Amino acid sequence: MRFKRLWAIFNARNREFFRDREAFGWNFLFPFLIILGFGVIFKGDYKSQFKVGVFPIPHGVSVHQSVDNLPDSFAAFKAISFVGFETRIQGMDKLKHHKIDLLIEAGTKPVRYWVSDSSPSGAIVERLLKGALAPPDTGSRFEKKDIQGLQIRYIDWLFPGVLGMNMMFSALYGVGWVVVRYRKNGVLKRLKATPLTAFEYLSAQLLSRIFLLMFTLVIVWVGSDLILHFRIYGRLMDLLIVFLAGSACMTALGLVIASRGTSEEFTNGVLNFICWPMMFLSEVWFSIEGAPAWLKASAKIFPLTHLLTAARKVMNEGSGLITVMPEIAVLCAMTMGFLIIGAVAFSWNK
Amino acid sequence: MRPLLEIIDIEKYYKRLCAVNGVSLTITRGSCFGLLGPNGAGKTTLIEIIEDIISPTSGTILYKGESRAAQFRQEVGIMFQQTALFSFLTVAETLETFSRLYDSTETVGHLIQLCHLDEVKNQLNDRISGGQKQRLLLALALVNRPQLVFLDEPSTGLDPQARRNLWDIVKTVKSQGRTIVLTTHYMEEAEKLCDDIVIMDRGRIIARGAPQDLIRTHCKRATLSVPKDRFPEKIDGLQGFSRERGDRIQIRTENVTAIIEQLLSHGVDMRGVDVKTPTLEDVFLKLTGRSLRE
Repeated sequence: MRFKRLWAIFNARNREFFRDREAFGWNFLFPFLIILGFGVIFKGDYKSQFKVGVFPIPHGVSVHQSVDNLPDSFAAFKAISFVGFETRIQGMDKLKHHKIDLLIEAGTKPVRYWVSDSSPSGAIVERLLKGALAPPDTGSRFEKKDIQGLQIRYIDWLFPGVLGMNMMFSALYGVGWVVVRYRKNGVLKRLKATPLTAFEYLSAQLLSRIFLLMFTLVIVWVGSDLILHFRIYGRLMDLLIVFLAGSACMTALGLVIASRGTSEEFTNGVLNFICWPMMFLSEVWFSIEGAPAWLKASAKIFPLTHLLTAARKVMNEGSGLITVMPEIAVLCAMTMGFLIIGAVAFSWNK
Repeated sequence: MRPLLEIIDIEKYYKRLCAVNGVSLTITRGSCFGLLGPNGAGKTTLIEIIEDIISPTSGTILYKGESRAAQFRQEVGIMFQQTALFSFLTVAETLETFSRLYDSTETVGHLIQLCHLDEVKNQLNDRISGGQKQRLLLALALVNRPQLVFLDEPSTGLDPQARRNLWDIVKTVKSQGRTIVLTTHYMEEAEKLCDDIVIMDRGRIIARGAPQDLIRTHCKRATLSVPKDRFPEKIDGLQGFSRERGDRIQIRTENVTAIIEQLLSHGVDMRGVDVKTPTLEDVFLKLTGRSLRE
């Protein structure tokens, strides 16, 4: 292996990335906008989870003034937002289409309501309503305790997920799709005609993408932190090591996809097939705690799962490198596996 | 002296389709070797086998008398028929990038000068014209001071002026004693640049020789075209085959001089008389019954 050749391709790829202004800008803007958007949405302490329709609410009248037949514990519950309708037909239409979870007729006693049997949210709101209407439980069967110590905001939990997701898209598309395009338009064939070896070429791609991912990560992190002030309970260096391992693994997976093929459309399909399940099962947006065991087990085949588990342990729980070593070891093992598969399967022109 | 390249009984099959069918030939050092043929003749497949870009189904290729080793890549320069380049690199940066892939290289400045790329050296590859791109691809093929240069249809798609500019550069390279292997559709290109030509059709070599030798061997007759109203009613012992074509008489002959003398002796006004000598295209048409651009 000649370092001079590897360095030449590494530089060429980096220059391409930094000069492709649209792609370059989007790489920073995409995660930043998502984080900013969620930061704004979840800025309050609470989010309305359920929607309850109320009728008849004449035009211009506040819906809250018309729910006096409902107990305060229900009407003032922050998890519920009320939507007014002038007629029952309008409300029923929204209920049938699951736009609202429950429909109440204002001013009725006993409270008259409609709920869809096929709506899980409707069943929950119905239970909340019945609980609020029932006589108070005088017994002390419950004792509320506050969470002790650190409280993690949703945005702090989400942030590593969005960074990981951006890393995933950038690594898979930036390597997988780009190399397939190079193969299709003959750039790889031209490189094959030189003394450059496949190993040198793939190593240069890998190093270039890791460099670009880490560069993007730092910029997005600093930019987002200036606005949302993330809380990192672990060491920043440990977090960087976790993301470095993750970016190497994602890029190596991209090289597997890039190893063969000349159809950009097919590659796009393969990338979507990998990215979407990985994004949802790796807990980018929400936890899959409580999902069937087989689903949780299958999520472990994705590198993003291990990356986010480790990143959240460090960022949200203050864990050290030793604690997240199993995840890092899995990422390293996956990286090696993907690199071997990619190198063996790689073809310049097939 | 042993040939630079020895191609021995090369066959290439794509499933059942035979692209190259038992081709054997040698290429001598310092020559410009032309590979001609219509689309689908197998010339690009053959040249890419020789370049070690694709593998033959069977057969042997020797470079300097030995199997091609890693050193082969250091010593050959290749200009493919169709190649995209790094979109966001400038012409100079592209040359620098490729020069770093070789042990021994020409200076980027020299290549820019040789291939007339000075005006566009700081432009991105995507922003240069077709002719400039072909010159850049030629410069890339020369970046490692190659002993052997492959040019696969280097002037396809270029306007006549750009084509002639490219030929001048190839002539300069040729004058430096390098061996050139050229495939082309253009007969004028082959006649101007090549010392030795192979004509391929349907995966086989159907003729080989110097351009003029091929013409002399396969198309001996030239065609004289005389306006009908100036042609004598009767010429005794006309040394050629004549026929009417519109308002002209065409005479096909192996001895143009004798016909001209006969016409002059009959007082024919030579103004308006055309002589068409056979070309490589005529050779190809005669050998295959197909046009080179079919």
